[in-house]
Formats: sequence, structure tokens, C-alpha cells
Amino acid sequence: MMNVYSIIAIAAYLICAPFAASIFSGVDRIVTARMQGRKGPGLMQAWWDLMKLFSKESTTVNDIQKVLVVAHCFFAVFSGAVFFGGGDLLLVFFSLTMAEVFLILAAYSVNAAYSEIGAQRELLQMMAYEPMILLTAVGFYMSTGSFGVAQIIKTDIPLVLKMPGFFIGFCFILIVKLRKSPFDIATSHHAHQEIIKGLTGDLSGRIYGLSELAELYEEVLMLGMIGLFFITSDPLSPVYAIIAVSAVMFVMSFTDNIFPRVKWEVLLKLAWIVTFFAGGTNLLLLTLI
Amino acid sequence: MSELGFLIIFPFAVAVLLMLLKKDSILRTVVVTVGALAEMAVAVLFSLSYVIHGDFPGESAYLTHTASTDKVIAVCEALLMILVFSQAIRFRKYYILLLSAAGTLPMLWLDLTGIGESMKPHIRIDVLTMIMVLIVGIVGSLICIYAVGYIRDYHVHHDDVTDRSGYFLAMLFVFLGAMMGLIGSDNLSWMYFFWEITSVCSFLLIGYSRTGEAVTNSFRALWMNLLGGCGFMAAILFCVLVANIYNLSELLRFSEIPGLVIFPVSMLAFAALTKSAQMPFSRWLLGAMVAPTPTSALLHSATMVKAGVYLLIRLSPLLHGSLPGTMVTATGGFTFFAASLLAITVSDGKKVLAYSTISNLGLIAAAAGCGVKSAMWAGIMLLIFHAVTKSVMFMAVGAYENSTGSRDVEDMHGMIVRVPKLAFVMTVGIFGMSVVPLGMCVAKWAALRGFIDSGNVYLIMFLCFGSASTLFYWVKWLGKIFCVSKDSERQEDRVRKTEWAAIYPLTIMTVALCFLYPLISSRILIPYLNDWMPGHSKDVFSASITEGDFIIMAIMIICICLLPVIMVIVNRIQDRRVLSYMSGFNTGDDRSFYDSEGNRQMQHLSNWYMQDLFGEKKILIPCLAVSAAFIILIMSNCAIRGLFL
Repeated sequence: MMNVYSIIAIAAYLICAPFAASIFSGVDRIVTARMQGRKGPGLMQAWWDLMKLFSKESTTVNDIQKVLVVAHCFFAVFSGAVFFGGGDLLLVFFSLTMAEVFLILAAYSVNAAYSEIGAQRELLQMMAYEPMILLTAVGFYMSTGSFGVAQIIKTDIPLVLKMPGFFIGFCFILIVKLRKSPFDIATSHHAHQEIIKGLTGDLSGRIYGLSELAELYEEVLMLGMIGLFFITSDPLSPVYAIIAVSAVMFVMSFTDNIFPRVKWEVLLKLAWIVTFFAGGTNLLLLTLI
Repeated sequence: MSELGFLIIFPFAVAVLLMLLKKDSILRTVVVTVGALAEMAVAVLFSLSYVIHGDFPGESAYLTHTASTDKVIAVCEALLMILVFSQAIRFRKYYILLLSAAGTLPMLWLDLTGIGESMKPHIRIDVLTMIMVLIVGIVGSLICIYAVGYIRDYHVHHDDVTDRSGYFLAMLFVFLGAMMGLIGSDNLSWMYFFWEITSVCSFLLIGYSRTGEAVTNSFRALWMNLLGGCGFMAAILFCVLVANIYNLSELLRFSEIPGLVIFPVSMLAFAALTKSAQMPFSRWLLGAMVAPTPTSALLHSATMVKAGVYLLIRLSPLLHGSLPGTMVTATGGFTFFAASLLAITVSDGKKVLAYSTISNLGLIAAAAGCGVKSAMWAGIMLLIFHAVTKSVMFMAVGAYENSTGSRDVEDMHGMIVRVPKLAFVMTVGIFGMSVVPLGMCVAKWAALRGFIDSGNVYLIMFLCFGSASTLFYWVKWLGKIFCVSKDSERQEDRVRKTEWAAIYPLTIMTVALCFLYPLISSRILIPYLNDWMPGHSKDVFSASITEGDFIIMAIMIICICLLPVIMVIVNRIQDRRVLSYMSGFNTGDDRSFYDSEGNRQMQHLSNWYMQDLFGEKKILIPCLAVSAAFIILIMSNCAIRGLFL
């Protein structure tokens, strides 16, 4: 249950996550720019973008849009809080799913073509990555006997050794979750077209800021998940974990740059095939051991 | 005991009365309402008294001498067969004759020669019985009340269908009575008798409108269920003639499956799979949607399909790690996944619900087939949540169809403004079915732990993939409800009072169960599971969801419930209202836009159905073929082992 450590961890997460995510995304964008021979934005660009959004007037289309975005933001932050507070992994994912559902409903509610296409695409992406996310939680349970993050981090060896298949699968769907190419993703950071960005197309100003804020929190949660594969009871392990997370982020920027974009059918098929083979094989091995 | 007798016989008496009241009248409404309320009240009192006075969590067995009742049952069985024969001959479906005779004649032979007569208790009541009595008593009775108003509107919209509404309502009550009998019986022959009544009764209800489609579909339901009935019959014959077993509880005394009972257990499991519409028998439940909605609500939520999974949960300890168990888990898990994919590709609201039922029943069957306590816990919880939530969904869709003339999900666009009350009910239903941390998902979570405990890798995979596709079809439905078209107006509320009288209590129950289930679990289910069949497993089972988890979930649910309040607060800050974004080409509202030549074009928004990827045309036949081949393989294996080795 709740103890001092988890309260400190939750507080740290609530306060620092947006900054941490901004730094990560800043590094990511600079690295990407250098790969493409550009200078790139400043390190804290994401943060300043967010601040600007919050200072702007927001317009709404109907009565329920705003509350749905607020709910989205709340549950996104909430799932991270459960995770860093040492809570149950499944609960974390369920709460995250709920957050997504609310954002999708907000897009549906405006009754416009671009928003609705965006909502459908987001829904499809969820369908593509959900199995792997659930399987990863199962993998942690089978290697440590608990779904609780607090128990999982007491492991003696880095869990990535026990669950490499899950790690590969999780990194794969993380590309989708962090809205990177090679997939033609709803709200991808690259394209600036109505179809691509349809999901948030009808959000503006402060309300759009809320959805961006939620994304920053989600990003930190996802990085935390990668860290979970590396962290152990060893006090030095957070250092390794941060190195590992940075390496994963670099690989992701790299794939983002070198792959062409693919359609949603390919995304769904690829994600499920990777989940099935990488996750399934690892699961089978864990049951046999 | 006398209460259970009342619960079984009383609905039949009401049914007889309703058959006499052919015309729609106030008297009939009163009879149905009072009858349903009485049934419900007795069911609740019965289970309460059991909780308070009964030697909890023990069980009680009754009725050892039943010679005269057996005679009555034999006569009824013969009548049932004659009824089926007459229908089969009338519609020239001669294969039905064979199935019906194969299922009934051996039974009559057992009864008439006295071979099947047993001196053991025929009725047995335990916690599982009590839970089922509550489900059938409350959900089933409310559906009967709902049916009164519904069937009146149904005949207004379908003036080509002969009004036999008295008969229709009577059949609903017969269903309740048969279901109560089924869950109270311990004697296999009795159980089989009630089992057959539900099969025939659902056949009659599905064929109610007598259109060509209805007749075809009702006979499909009949042959599939009679086939399952033949399996049940084979199990009884084997038990009585070879193993000298008369009761289900005697069968369950075997701590593991020896050669002796593998045959009857596999046959019973087969019967249960047909009844709960698992692949390859899923098509009868889809066909059942031609019937008026109360039928679907009853078949899908409280009765019929639940009889199948009820039997599987009963058999669960025997299924653990056995061949029939593998059949049940694999078929169930596969059905869960395949049906959820199919549900994505259809847009008829009732069809989506039908696939969702098949899919969820697959999950319950898979949980029962594991045979470990944590999975059984999940199975029973799923059964409770599903019964309540699915009945809400069906009734809401039925009410929407009667008010607007369509039940297509695409036509539910903007329900939240047009029919807010029904939209609210449906939202609760969909949240309850799919979104964590409500009802079904909690049980699904527990099922996941159960599958891990039993080491079933393929089940874990089915569950993970199936959950993802399940979420897809529910959320896109929810999205349709939430569309707010500009300047759309509220429609007149045409839903009848009797319909609301059933919908509201069940909606409240859907939400209340989310808070009550820890109580149900700790007070009733866990003691029961730990006490039941102590020989089977020594480990004491405790709930996999801890108190801390529950608090977090409660916070989440409360936050969702508070959303309307939050909406009022955040809307205090007045924003500038704009039209939704259409690249600036709106024509003044959000319904049409100017195309490249400056003409007005209507905007039509539609959900994704992905029929090229996994449409019915593409994957249904392969799925049925694979599951049929699998079941035939395992059944023949069981038969060879049980009969010859």
C-alpha cells in the first residue's frame, strides 16, 4: 500500500514529468535534426509550445468536448501516478486505456470528418498495441510473481534477461505509442495534415494544451515502462535504466528517420505478428521454466 | 426448498393464465407485472434466507422419493416431443424428427422401465444455485415486465405479424420456470428435462413472427440445441447403465477424470457448448435476433446461454487438466477472440450484441474449463456482470428501435442529444461491458490471472488479442452515441413506462455491482470456492484483486460518475463557440460542406468495419470449420477412451 516512498515518487512524477518529457523530446528533435543536417529547435521547445497554448484562447464546438478532454488528461496523469506509486501494472494500463477512450470520444463528439477519421485511426492503433501491452504485464507477473511495480523492482537480475521477447515487442509498439513513424499515425508529430492530425483537429488553445500535457505525462510513463525492464534492487540500477532508456529513444529516432510510412493495415498486421511471435515465444518459455 | 418449488412451478402457472388472456388488456399487464414481481421477490427472499439461515456455505439436498413426479415429467417429455414433431412435419424439417426422437425416446424408456429411477436427492441447493436463482429471478423477471410494453409497440411497427402476444409472454414465463428447474436439479434426468424445455421454448420464441427468416433461424436453433441434447442424453444413458450414477453431484465426486467418467463429462461439456453458442454452434444465437427484443434479452442475459456456462462451471473441477477440459478452454478461448473480431465488422446493433455475447460466453467457458479456483471465480463473476449488463444493452437497443425505427449502430449517431436518457443507459452499458474498471473488465482481469495460474499460454494470448478487438467495437459504438450534431434537437420520449421500469433498475444494478462485488466475493464466493470439492485442490484461494487495487478502482469509477458535475464546472468558463473543422468549407453548420466546384455536399460519417480484413464472409466459415474439426477430434478421442478402454 501507500508508503512514504510512493508518495514522494508520485509527487516527483506529477511535478517533474512534463519537464522530463520536454527534455527527452527536445533531445529527440535535435538528434533527428542533426541526422537530417538541420539545426533543430531548442531543448525545451515542447515546454514553451505548451506554455504558449495555455496562454491562448480556446474555442469549443459543443458542451461535452471540454469535459472529455479534461477526463482524458486526468486519467493519463492518474495512470502514471499509479505506476510510479508502485501500483498494479494492469491497473496502470487500464487507466491509460480509459484516458485514450476519452480522447477518442472527444474527437467523435465534434461530428466532423477529420476528427472522426482521426478517432478511428487512434482506435485502430489502440487495437494494434493493446495485446502487447497486456502481454508485457503478464510477462512481468510471470517473471516476478507480481503485477505490482513495487514488487517488480525488487528483482535481483534485470528482467530484460528473462523477457527479451517482451522487450522487443514492447519497443515495437512503443513506436506507435510515442507516435513515431514508420507508421502513418494519428497525431504523428511529423505530418501537418488534417487526416493525420484529425484526432486533435478540433481542439484549440488551453484545451489542446491539456491534451498535449497528457501526452507528455504518457511519454514519461512509457519511458518508465522501459526502465522497468532494467531496474533491479541494486541501488546503481537506475543509472543503467536511464542509459538503456536513452539508447531505446535513440534507436526510435533512428527508425523514425530511415523508414518510409506505411498504411494502417500494415501497422495492425505487423504489430500483431510481432506481438504474437516475440511475446508468445517468450511467454511459452516463461511457462516452461 | 418450498420456495424453490414455487419458483419453478409458479411461472408455469402464470404462463397458463397468459395463454388464456390472448388480447392485450390492462388485466394482462397486471398479471405479467404481478407475476414477475412475485417471482423476483421470492427469488430474493429465498437467497436472503439462505444466506441468513442456511448452514453457509454448505449445501442442502431434497426430494428423494419422486416416483409420481417422474411420471408427470415423462408425460411432459412425450408431449414436448410430439410438439416438436408436429412443428417439424408442418415445416418439413424431417431431420428434426430424428434428433428429437434420439433425445427423448431413451429418456422415456428409462422412465417407463424404472431403470432411471433413483432414491437419491433430486434437488440440491448451494451457493451457485443461489446466485443463478438471483440472476434469473431478477434479470429474467424484469425482462418479462419490459416485454409487456415492448410487444405492444412491436405489433404497431410490424402489422404483418399475427398478434400472438399472449402466447409470447407465456413463453417468456415458461422459460423462467424451466431455468429455475434446471439450476435447482441435481438429478441428471430432471436437469435434462428442463434443458429440453429451454431448447424448445427458445425455438418457439425465435420463430414467433413466422416469417421465412424466423422459421429458418428457429429450426437452426432447434437442431443445434437438440444435438446438444442428444449429447446430454448419451451422458445420462452411460451414467445410469454403466456407472450407476444418477446425480450431477455424484459425478463430481470423482477427484480426477478416470476412464469411467470421461465419456459422460465430455458429452455434458459438448451439450453445454452447444447451448452457450460456442463456435461452431454460434450461428443459432445470431439467428435468434430475428425474434422480438425481449427474447434476445432473455436468451442472451439471464437464461438459455447461461444454462450452458452454468453447467460448465459445475463441471469445472472435473475439467481441470483433462481432455474435455482442453476442448472447453480451447473452444471458449478461440470463440472469445474470433467472435470479437466478427463483432467489429457488423453494424446492426443487435448483431454486435450477439457476437459480443458469444465472445463473452467463450471467456466464461474458457475460465470454467481451466478448473482452477481463481479462474472459476472469474467465470462466476463474468456470468453475473454479463447477465446484468447485457440485458441493459438489449433493452436499450430494443427501446431505441421502437422509438426511432432503427437499431443500426450507424443510426445512433448523435443519440446523446436526441434521446439523452437512452444514450445514458447505453453509455453505462457499454462502459460496463468494456471499459475498465467496471464490471466485465474486473472479471476479465481476474480471468487473466486464472489463466496464468493454470499455465494456459494459448488462453493468455486469446485473451490479450480478444480484449483489444473487444475494445474496438465498443468504443466506436460509444463514439457514435457521443456525436453532437449542431442544432440537433431532443426527440419525444416514446419509451413506455414498463420498459423504463425494467431498464432503470438494471442500469443502477450495473453500476452498483462495481462497488458491491468485493462483498459478493469475500462473503459468498470465496468461502464457497474454498469449501466446494475440498478434495480437488488444497490451496486456499483468496481474491486476486487486493483492497488497494479496489480503492484505486473505486476512485476511477467515482471520477467517471462525477463527469457530469465536472462538465458543469468546466463549462462555467465560457469559450467562443465555433463550427467543427472542415478545412473552412462548412456551409454554416456541420452537416454539409462546399466541394471543389462550390456545390453543397452532405457530410456522411461512418465507422470503420474492416470487412476486407476480417468480415463474416472472410473468416466465419474458416472459424466454424476449425472449431468443428477440433471438437470432433476431441469428442471422438473421449468416446474411444471412455467406451472402449
